[in-house]
Amino acid sequence: MNKSELIEVIAEKSKIPKKRAEEAVNLVFDSMSQALVRGDRIEIRGFGSFVNREYESYTGRNPRTGESISVAPKKLPFFKVGKELKERVDGEEEASGTTSTSSAESSESSNY
Amino acid sequence: MTKADLVESIYEKIGFSKKESADIVEMIFDTMKDTLEKGEKIKISGFGNFVVRDKRPRMGRNPQTGQEIMISARRVLTFRPSQVLKQALNRDGLS
Repeated sequence: MNKSELIEVIAEKSKIPKKRAEEAVNLVFDSMSQALVRGDRIEIRGFGSFVNREYESYTGRNPRTGESISVAPKKLPFFKVGKELKERVDGEEEASGTTSTSSAESSESSNY
Repeated sequence: MTKADLVESIYEKIGFSKKESADIVEMIFDTMKDTLEKGEKIKISGFGNFVVRDKRPRMGRNPQTGQEIMISARRVLTFRPSQVLKQALNRDGLS
């Protein structure tokens, strides 16, 4: 699904003109981008959260030529999937993997 | 930023009612969740892609006790930010 398909679904479900749905969908993602640019954290309950992670400069290598290059410090947005969506995406595994899931989750959450 | 802020900005900038704005925001994330649940990816140009990936089972370790455990096969969601968003984040303070 891409953005125009999402816009079509929203227009249909909410019975608003496609043009208006397009404005709304664009505004949502623009607002989210702007929040991240400001350094704000985004938290959408049931979906997930976005937070910037800062990376220091490091010396990397061009994997093709082996040449050393210095990588400038940078910020990258990091998405952490929310509990509800995480479980829905992983739907089929729920019954078999409960014990390992919970232990993996607790070790994961301690990292954040 | 939360859903309430998104609702507020739709209400202010596009002129839907509060109720309509709230419904639209809810609908956007519900639609995305339904799509991802089906295993389908979502590409939002200028923002990024949400991709569902299948992970194979692997051995893991409880970092607290050192005990080895089997991590079952699972499906996970990853977000890949678009080039545009990455550039926007790094525009100031550099160069």
